[in-house]
Amino acid sequence: MPKPIIQIEDVHKHFGKVYALRGVSISVDRGEVLVVIGPSGSGKSTLLRCINGLEHVDSGNVVVDEIPVTRSTTNINAVRAEVGIVFQQFNLFPHLTVLQNITLAQRIVRKRNQAESERIGRDLLGKVGIPDKANSFPTQLSGGQQQRVAIARALAMNPRIMLFDEPTSALDPEMIKEVLDAMLLLAKEGMTMVVVSHEMGFARAAANRIVFMDEGTIIEDTSPEVLFTNPREERTKLFLSKILH
Amino acid sequence: MTSQVERQSTAIKGGRLLPLPRNIPWWIVILAICGLLILYFITTSTSYQETFTFLASGVIRTLQLTVVGYLFALVFGLIGGLGRISKNTVINTVATLYVEVIRGVPLLVVLIYIAFVLAPAASSLVSQIATALNAPFLDNMAFVFRDDFMRGVLGLSIGYGAYLSEVYRAGIESISRGQMEAARSLGMSYGQSLRYVVLPQAVRVILPPLGNDFIAMLKDSSLVSAIGAVPLEAELTLRGRMYSATTYKAFETWNSVALLYLMMSLGLSVIVRYVERRWSVPK
Repeated sequence: MPKPIIQIEDVHKHFGKVYALRGVSISVDRGEVLVVIGPSGSGKSTLLRCINGLEHVDSGNVVVDEIPVTRSTTNINAVRAEVGIVFQQFNLFPHLTVLQNITLAQRIVRKRNQAESERIGRDLLGKVGIPDKANSFPTQLSGGQQQRVAIARALAMNPRIMLFDEPTSALDPEMIKEVLDAMLLLAKEGMTMVVVSHEMGFARAAANRIVFMDEGTIIEDTSPEVLFTNPREERTKLFLSKILH
Repeated sequence: MTSQVERQSTAIKGGRLLPLPRNIPWWIVILAICGLLILYFITTSTSYQETFTFLASGVIRTLQLTVVGYLFALVFGLIGGLGRISKNTVINTVATLYVEVIRGVPLLVVLIYIAFVLAPAASSLVSQIATALNAPFLDNMAFVFRDDFMRGVLGLSIGYGAYLSEVYRAGIESISRGQMEAARSLGMSYGQSLRYVVLPQAVRVILPPLGNDFIAMLKDSSLVSAIGAVPLEAELTLRGRMYSATTYKAFETWNSVALLYLMMSLGLSVIVRYVERRWSVPK
């Protein structure tokens, strides 16, 4: 059996007095799509951000593709280039065009030349369905389009893992589908994905596993079918009853 | 509601001193008239011609002081500003100390202190090191601490560097944390993220205050008159003091000095506005 691509072992994290992660352990296999759900403040975003080192853990280990993220000697930039992340607030660079947003890190980190990085950028914009927006500025796009640019920007680095931190939570309802479609396409291609989201439609369609977190711990880790039909824990049932309507 | 608006508008009308049209920038008109008057004086009065001739070298000196001092201040300010937002305690403490000390002391005192305390001390230190190492070129490099102009530049740029640190810091902090996180997440280093993502955005935010400080520095360069020693290299204010002290023509001298400063700062503000417009944020 091949080694999991993400291994998280007994991770603890405090923010001041807030105990965000209380000994979380989980592993993700190559090509797996993991959806993380849970009430706000349950630590799901923090867990996601520990995977690419945006948050430093207090204790415990995070190993991504056999690289120990949590070891101080690790070149975190090298890990991050392999792990794409898409944020709730898109975080596109407003002073750059859409295409420049996608080519910047390719040129600086991947050392690709202008022509190659632009070709890759245009290909990816086609893939996420907005090939005509290459020369627009982010502020000229709708939220859904911005988020798809953010996905293209992350994919341009050829990551082995994609993290999604509530990618549709800041979107108007009619724009959620276009972003989820891009994510579904990615899942079908076999990308390893960790998705913090309450989009149950996406979870049903794409997830191999769903993890329910509450108060900094993993309460339940199971398949979508089991979670939706017969969750084991009371807390999971309570939470699902609140978000499924 | 309507009556309130009416009352307000009548109040404004009633408050007008003169029934002048509002859409004309009267202050520019008044300045232009003064300018023409002065032009008339200069061309007709030999006394003003002599004054301007004497002050000319001071104008050039003042502009040199301002431009060179400001360039250094931009660098010191960037270093200080980055230090202020650094999470490294040592760097942060040093930067905060620099900013707070300089900002808490009058610029005139900063200039005098640097010219008559720090610069001589640094100069003799470098000399001693140069003798000890038997390296005369080192001693030559210490001219920075002995030259009148360079001491003025040093004082102005260290003083304004502290003010600009706060401008840079505010500008960088105005860029949302998500920008740095997004850049870092793509594998860019802290320095690369600053250079390509945060600073280009911050520059547009800080350009107006930077421009203001540029003009403020032009005016504050007159404080350098307190530390100038070489008459031929004096900036405008010291040139003015020298001229009025020897000729007793206070009226002509200080009219001319004030006018020259005004022309320079108005000229610079036109340039600053032009640069701001060219770099303005596409929203």
